[in-house]
Order: sequence, then structure tokens, then C-alpha cells
Amino acid sequence: MATTADAFQAHADDHAHDHADHKPSFFARWFMSTNHKDIGTLYLIFAIMAGIVGGAISGIMRMELAEPGIQYLTWWAEFMGGSADFDTALHMWNVFITAHGLIMVFFMVMPAMIGGFGNWFVPLMIGAPDMAFPRMNNVSFWLTVAGFVSLIFSLFVPGGTGPGAGTGWTFYAPLSSTGSQGPAVDFAIFSLHLAGAGSILGATNFITTIFNMRAPGMTLHKMPLFVWSVLVTAFLLLLALPVLAAAITMLLTDRNFGTTFFDPAGGGDPVLYQHLFWFFGHPEVYIMILPGFGMVSQIIATFSRKPVFGYLGMAYAMVAIGVVGFVVWAHHMYTVGLDVNTKMYFTAATMVIAVPTGVKIFSWIATMWGGSIEFKSPLVWALGFIFLFTVGGVTGVYLANGGIDDVVHDTYFVVAHFHYVLSMGAVFSIFAGFYYWFPKMSGRMHSELLAHLHFWGFFIGVNVIFFPQHFLGLQGMPRRYPDYTPAYQYWNEISSLGYHIMAASMLLFFANLIYAYTVGKKAPANPWGEGATTLEWTLSSPPPFHQFETLPVIEDHHDYHDHRQGDQRETTV
Amino acid sequence: MTTASLDNRNARTAFLAFLGAAAMLGVGYAAVPLYDLFCRVTGFGGTTQRATESDAALAAQMAQSAGGREVSIRFDASTASNMPWTFRPEQPTDRVQIGQRDLAFYTARNDSNVPITGTATFNVEPASTGRYFNKVQCFCFTEQVLQPGEEIRMPVLYYVDPAILTDDNAKDVEQITLSYTFHRAETRAE
Repeated sequence: MATTADAFQAHADDHAHDHADHKPSFFARWFMSTNHKDIGTLYLIFAIMAGIVGGAISGIMRMELAEPGIQYLTWWAEFMGGSADFDTALHMWNVFITAHGLIMVFFMVMPAMIGGFGNWFVPLMIGAPDMAFPRMNNVSFWLTVAGFVSLIFSLFVPGGTGPGAGTGWTFYAPLSSTGSQGPAVDFAIFSLHLAGAGSILGATNFITTIFNMRAPGMTLHKMPLFVWSVLVTAFLLLLALPVLAAAITMLLTDRNFGTTFFDPAGGGDPVLYQHLFWFFGHPEVYIMILPGFGMVSQIIATFSRKPVFGYLGMAYAMVAIGVVGFVVWAHHMYTVGLDVNTKMYFTAATMVIAVPTGVKIFSWIATMWGGSIEFKSPLVWALGFIFLFTVGGVTGVYLANGGIDDVVHDTYFVVAHFHYVLSMGAVFSIFAGFYYWFPKMSGRMHSELLAHLHFWGFFIGVNVIFFPQHFLGLQGMPRRYPDYTPAYQYWNEISSLGYHIMAASMLLFFANLIYAYTVGKKAPANPWGEGATTLEWTLSSPPPFHQFETLPVIEDHHDYHDHRQGDQRETTV
Repeated sequence: MTTASLDNRNARTAFLAFLGAAAMLGVGYAAVPLYDLFCRVTGFGGTTQRATESDAALAAQMAQSAGGREVSIRFDASTASNMPWTFRPEQPTDRVQIGQRDLAFYTARNDSNVPITGTATFNVEPASTGRYFNKVQCFCFTEQVLQPGEEIRMPVLYYVDPAILTDDNAKDVEQITLSYTFHRAETRAE
């Protein structure tokens, strides 16, 4: 292994001693990249692009749902190359919810958090020169891009009733097997294979990097919490994604090669697919939120100018969430006919997760308690995260009850719940992390005013979108339909209005990027003051192309909070 | 720490990680036979049990001493959409004493003009009674071949295990629905 690796040119690059800022040519730098910061940048750009597509699709959905009846779907059916009849219009709805879900989960949140911030800051925070396997890192990124291309391609090929895969992001059999003829579902499944393979390679890379390449003296119990969160996330990816791969491969052979894993005619069982999918799917929701937990911990500590409260409790709460996350999957499928004892177990196990999550919420608040708090944009987003994630967590405990779930299963109450934890929890933490680290990554300061306006617009917008959906769900409005009885019109109109507020605030985000790159001030190495104590702030902004040629040393008297090196400590402490 | 030894450690860690991922892929596939086994052992999802004649005799003795109450059995029959058979129970319901054997008949007729091999899937509702519903003989244990136009009577010999009376989740059940669906058998040897 070592000798083969040495033979490659890129490997030599990692250890180039001549010049820390020697960069390859444009094509080699961005298309054959082996630099963790460049790959992180690529992931972030990719996530923003995918987010625009996924967000635009949700715009189509909110337009359609603004009033009862079918308004726009027929036009979209024709536009996408299908016929303009009613059935195809309804199929387009299924295609949109499928694409929105898959894009946001696999091609927006995961690439942004793990690929983007993980790649950028895990090596910087642990004092490593790069990731353990820089070339594999590049493979991970391009596999993710290939997966996205396959998913977009699936929209334009036949998928049964019309173009595109209309199965929902869960691909439940038999709708996804015998119920959707045509290659669209195959392309969508293949897209998950590619993105999944990329994520497994990425997870291996993070685990190896974090275990083997920490700076001297940086023990696991001195590691920044963001690194802890990525470590736990990487283990979840490594253990959950292969089960998804198995399930969708079985689905693929059921569709194309006559196997009957999920077909009762040959002795299979469609419910088995749901078990396999959610054995992956539940850890997946923690994969989408744990790195957010990590980022929020860094941000709260920085802007409160205090070490995070209960550091070990915070780290092991994430481990506990990860472990318990593997044994609660059937709470997604309470209505398949589980007996009462099984439901009792899954209800209790699910509620147990509220305990480590509560430890985290408590510790974030306790970190701020008595701190000298500075309400910079990252902290404001992090506070928004804590508040909204807690709201989503409370409805999560409510939904964990098998008895209540029988009533609200597959209603808009569930939609409201998981958008509170994802489109508010995960996305708020992504924006918090973005504003926190943007000066570090780009070397330019963004506008604090625009970032605050972005926050308020987004905060009000998403709440107006999703809070009324709790009411709709409790009134019985089912998910996954483009039409509804006029009784539901009032709150749907308000929900669609919220989308416009949210979309307008996103314009401020892009305006802020343009501001930063045109008139934004040059960012200092540490723009956030004495609270920013992790290793990335000891480097210039942006950091040199190759950092830590001499490894930083974490001395015995350094704690988990302050990793700054000798002279920097003296000037600020 | 030399570069070579770090590379070795990295390779070892990555190897272990990939091993973990491969193991989980294996677990995913192992879930197929394990889930099947789990359903058969626990009666999960209304999976019925198989019993021998001696099991049945024992159950009847137990029922005798327990002074068994009766339970109603409803018979349900359906066919897959691509299955040109007429398939129905001879009796819609039956009342049996818990623990006593009962024989019920279904009839099936091949309405097409080609021979068709059929195989029946089965379960009971409520699902909690699956582990107590025992079949001694059943046409669903084997594949059935029907010539064009042929009609056959098919027996099910079953009993309800008296242990159902001690299960809090199942003892109050007054009617158990036994359901069959005939599918075209997957022709494996072609």
C-alpha cells in the first residue's frame, strides 16, 4: 500500500516542502483535486447548486398546494416530456416529492455538512496536513456528482405513469418494483448507489484521518466537538449505508432480473424492504443532524467566550444518539401491522433518544449562561437552530408514540415535524457554520447586516411555511397528494406565502456572497475574537494551500477548549 | 512518526472500516433469510405455524382439560392479478373449539387453456394469533398444478393452540381470518 501510494505524483504534492502555497493549474486543482480544502470548497459549491434545484422544486410544490385543484402539474408533465393528462400530472407530483427529498438529503445536506465543512475543518481542527487518503477524497466527491447526474437523468426517462421516478425518497416496494415500469426508478436507485459509495469512501477517510492523524498531544478527549460529531457521523454512514445498498440492490434485481425479495408471489415480503430501508433511514436522519450539533457547539462556545459546558457529556451524547439510532427504525412503520409489544419497545427506545438530545440542548444553554455573548451572525443562526430543533424534537417525542402515530401517520403533521428538524435544524446549522467559517475559507468578510437580514427572513419564512402544517396534519391532511379538500385551503395558502418570504431571504444570502467577493473586507486570521480557540483560527484566512508543515503540539496543560499555540495564547488569554 | 508507518496505520484503519461496511452489506442480505425465520418462529405478521399429528393430539388433550371455548374462523381467498384461476373457500366461516382439529376445503379451477402451477401465500388476522394457528396439512405447503379447466378441492387441516388463552394480546379474539392468495409459481428450472 505504502509503496504504491508513493508512486503517485499527488502523494508527493502532499509532502511538498518547497512552498506551502504552490497551487496546481486550474484544471488539475479543481478536477483532479487532492487538497482537502479544495474538495471541501467543491462540495460546498455542489451543495449550493443542488440546494437551488431542490429548493426550486419545493417552490413548485408550494405553488401547486396554494389552492385546491391541479394548477401547474399538467404544464410540468408536458414540459418534462410526458403527456398532458391527469394521471401524468399526478405522477409529476410524485416525481417532485421524490426528487426534492433525495436531492435535499443526499445532495444538499450531506455534501454541505460532511463533504464541505467536514473536509475543510476536520484536518484543520485536529492539526493534520490533509485527509488520510487525498485521492480517495476526490473519488468520493465525483461519485456524489455522478449520483446527482443519474438522479437528474431519471427525471427525463419513462417511470411508469410518466417521466421520472415517482416513488418517494423511500422507494417502497411494490410501488418501486412492479408499480413503476421504465428505467427512471433504475436510474434513481443507481444514483443512490453512487452517492452511497462516495459517502462510504468519505466515511472511511474521516475515520482514518481522525484516528491516525491528530496532532501530537491531541487526545480524543481534547478533540473539538465538531470533529467528534464527524467521527460519529462517519461510523453511522459506514454501518447504515451498506444496508441501504443491499436493500436497493435487491430492489434492482427484483425489477430487472426476476428475483422476488420483496414480491410475495415468490415468497418475498414488501415489509422487509421497509425494515431494511429504515434500518438505514433512521441513522441517516442523525447523519444529517450530528455535524450540525458539532458546528453549533463550536459556535456557541466561540461567541460566549467560554469553553463548552459538559464537554465529555456533549461528545458521548452524540455517541449515544448514534448507537440508539440503530435500534429505533420501526417507529417509521408503526402502521404495517406491528403487534403491541413491538410498538411499545420502539416507542420507548425512540423516547430514550430525547435524553442525550436533552443533554445537548441543556449544555448549549449552559455554555451561554454567564458568557460574554456577542450576537454575530453565526451565533444568531445557532440560536435559531436550538429553538427550532427543539420544537421539531418535541413533535418527535409526540410522534414516537405508536398510538398517536396511528392517527397522524403520513399526515402533514409528520411533514411539519421532519422539516422542523431538517429544513430548520440541519439547514440553520449549515448557515451558522457557513457564516462562522466563510471568512476563514474565503479570506473575505461577509456583511453582518445582510447575514442578520437573511436570518430573520429565513426564520420567519420557514416558520410560516411549516408551523401551519402541524394544524393541517392534525386536521387529517395526508402527505404526498397535490390536491386537497377546500377545508384545508386556509393554512395551505399561508404555508405557500411563507415560501416566498423564505425564497426572498435566500436572495440576501447570494447578495451577501457577491458583497463579500466584491467589496468585502479582507478577513484576519481570527475575525471572531478571543472565543475562537480551535486550531483553524491559528492559520491565515484563507489558510495556506498546505498547512501544518510543522505539526502543532497540544501540550499537557491545554484543555479541550483552547488549542492555540504558545505565543497566541499569551496575547489573547 | 515516519511517513511509511503512518501510511501503514492508515491502510489498516481503512481496511477495518471497509470490513465493517462489507459486514453490514452482508447483514443486509442476511436479513432476508433471518426475517423469514423470525416470522416463522414468532408468528410475526400473522405467519401461521406448522404442526404434526402428535402436536395436534396433544393440543386436543390440553383443550379437553381446559374446557375450551369456541372461536370463529373466517376463510378468505384471493388470486394475484396475473393468475387466471377461480379460487374460493367452500365455507365462508366455521366455528371450532380451541384445540380441536378442523378440516376446511377450498376449491380452485384453472380458467385458462394452459397448465399453470400455483403457489399460495398465507397469513391470519389479527396478526397476534399467527403463532397459535397451527396447520397440520395444507395445500399451501406444496405447489399445485392445474390442467386447463381442471378443478380441485384442497384441504386445510388446522387447529388453534389452547396456549392462545394465556396470551393477553390474543385471548379475547373471537374471529380469526385465514387468508390465502394464489400466485403463479416462479418457474425456477427452465
